[in-house]
Amino acid sequence: MTLRDIKIGGKCKISCIKLRDDTARRLEMLGLTQKTPVQLLNKKKSGAVIVKVRGTRFAFGREIAEGIEVSED
Amino acid sequence: MENSTNHKALRVAFIGNPNCGKTTLFNAYTGANLKVANWPGVTVEKKEGSYKFRGEEFSLIDLPGIYSLTSYTMEERVSRMCILSDEVDVIVDVADASALERNMYLTMQLVELDKPVVMALNMMDIVEERGMEIDLHRMQEVLGIPVIPVSARKKTGLEALMHAVLHHKDMSARHRIEHHHKVGTNEELHREYALVYSDPIEEKIAELGSALAKKYPKLENPRWHAIKYLENDTEIIKQYPIDCELPDGCESIMINEKYDFIEEVIAEVLVNKEEKSAKTDKIDRLLTHPVLGIPVFLVIMAVVFTLTFTVGDWLKGYFEIALEVFSDAVRGLFEAVNAGELISGLVVDGIIAGVGGILTFLPNIVILFFALAILEDSGYMSRVAYVMDGLMGKIGLSGRAFIPMLLGFGCTVPAVMASRALEDKRDRLKTIFVTPFMSCSARLPVYLLLSQMFFGSFAGIAAFSMYVIGLVMAIVVALIVSKLTKKYETHTLLIELPEYKTPNAHTIFIYVWDKIKDYLTKAGTTIFLASIVLWFLLNFGMSGLVSDMSESFAASIAKFLVPVMTPTGLGYWQIIVALISGIAAKEVVVSSMSVLYGIGNISSAEGMTALSGALGEVGFTAANAYAMMIFVLLYIPCVATIATIKRESGSVRFTLGAVAMQLGTAWVMSAVVYNIISLF
Repeated sequence: MTLRDIKIGGKCKISCIKLRDDTARRLEMLGLTQKTPVQLLNKKKSGAVIVKVRGTRFAFGREIAEGIEVSED
Repeated sequence: MENSTNHKALRVAFIGNPNCGKTTLFNAYTGANLKVANWPGVTVEKKEGSYKFRGEEFSLIDLPGIYSLTSYTMEERVSRMCILSDEVDVIVDVADASALERNMYLTMQLVELDKPVVMALNMMDIVEERGMEIDLHRMQEVLGIPVIPVSARKKTGLEALMHAVLHHKDMSARHRIEHHHKVGTNEELHREYALVYSDPIEEKIAELGSALAKKYPKLENPRWHAIKYLENDTEIIKQYPIDCELPDGCESIMINEKYDFIEEVIAEVLVNKEEKSAKTDKIDRLLTHPVLGIPVFLVIMAVVFTLTFTVGDWLKGYFEIALEVFSDAVRGLFEAVNAGELISGLVVDGIIAGVGGILTFLPNIVILFFALAILEDSGYMSRVAYVMDGLMGKIGLSGRAFIPMLLGFGCTVPAVMASRALEDKRDRLKTIFVTPFMSCSARLPVYLLLSQMFFGSFAGIAAFSMYVIGLVMAIVVALIVSKLTKKYETHTLLIELPEYKTPNAHTIFIYVWDKIKDYLTKAGTTIFLASIVLWFLLNFGMSGLVSDMSESFAASIAKFLVPVMTPTGLGYWQIIVALISGIAAKEVVVSSMSVLYGIGNISSAEGMTALSGALGEVGFTAANAYAMMIFVLLYIPCVATIATIKRESGSVRFTLGAVAMQLGTAWVMSAVVYNIISLF
């Protein structure tokens, strides 16, 4: 299951990031490390999502949203 | 560096995450005395200001907001280079207390640097409002650096922060670390460093550190360099090569361990941890709505432009009256002292007409910049990146590229520079390529003048249509470029959405004031000179002073181009002269017209009647006027923009290509539009 599959308002935990190395490191630096709780605040048909992680909000495009594997909270 | 000669001043660098209020804090110290101003929230270059406290001189440096000390983006590189160089005495790490976890990642990296660091915990007022408390005393013990609570908006804690900076300029006053976090068994390390990694990582750090120290005895902080080695930092590895095998995958482990440590600290220092920020979420439900997001954005932009055109025009009326009074007074003065007609002509018809004509547009421009600054400072701008992501994806760009384009409505120069926030070079070049199509405020006077002369009550719509056409052209060109360049992995949107806040009056004021200064300076220098040069080129010819302008130097040059421009409806030598001089700055098109037609107060009702009469005589009608507006929208950007494109792209070929592409697009588009309108 990826971040894109979460419903609006749904919560989950990050299990792993399957993206290019530099993008993955960058996301980790922003606080999206393993087992971090994430809440999905909004998403669009195009695949872009808004998430809340460690008290801040981020918008991700489709490719990133699909590259973040999550597990149900 | 301008300030490096001043050895006495203590050099303090402000660094922090984007949106942490760093620039607001910086402005609270330096006021309006800074050298370069950027878009609020988009510090693209470092800027400097001075501050005096207890007889001590401080030279303050504001750096672009960054999330970490790696060097993925240009902003990170600028900040990192400055922090690592010797030009900084003390680092002030500005952290948003209401998002402490994420902000502390950069703090931990700065602590590892082992340079004098003071942490400024900003937005403490918000934290308190939410009923949270932070144990600052414990935080200092754990991190080993002074932690000072401040509120940049309410201007509290400012003196305490500078006091701490003064006391920690050398490392001797460093705090003792009293913390034993769970990871790592080496007690000695725990006494010395705030953050200790797990044993296998620490072993590698020790190994690499001693190898580095052996090969580079003068290296100041081998531990930090070893950490960077493990993080695969190409810059450090290139700078200090050693023969060793680098273990893989350490970076990810270290990031995770840093966050583990931060979580531990947060659990200790944060009382009443609570995730209540309902206000922002509520606003976002509308502004980032899957369906309503784009319509809401369009409505907001419509309001911005309506204000620019209506309120701006109303204020412009008063400026015109003042200009007319001034212009008549000067003419009267010259007549009274019997100054020659030539001098009077140069001053009144050349300088006052040129520069003054431009000054009357100041209200329109101030309102536009004011509105854009509010959009940025309130936190809405980054939402636009999300809202536009789907559309931008279709033209091969991430939603983030839309921010530089939107800033282009203000001025193309900072907009081109704002493209630095994009990580990928090709994305950046593509954004730079199309940004000049976004109609900047300097083009506004041209639209206002032409549309008010030829489109009567539809003037506002005619002027607004330029913004839409510019946007459409940017999209079309980006689409063509995407199709032409080979497919590559697209860099998708990644942007933080800050909490909404009431825009800070001080930040907005400083920003708008800076734009007014820019505009006045431009009027006083570029436009002033262009008006004088143009007046000479128009009043002198091969035979010296000419009575008929069509025999002047300017006319002879422009007449060559008349056949080229005829298909676009702009085959008049006067118009061509105005367009060529507009390359200096787009407003010059307007001032040139007033010099060309000898109309003192071109933007007033009488001035416009005189000009439209003169133009009508030669068959220049609404179709020509609209074609001219389109040409001005799309053709060669101003000199300042060309220089910025050259600097940001680092390529003469790219710059020339961009200029040629725009000129070609302008010619084709205005020719098409002119011929279509002429059919009716």
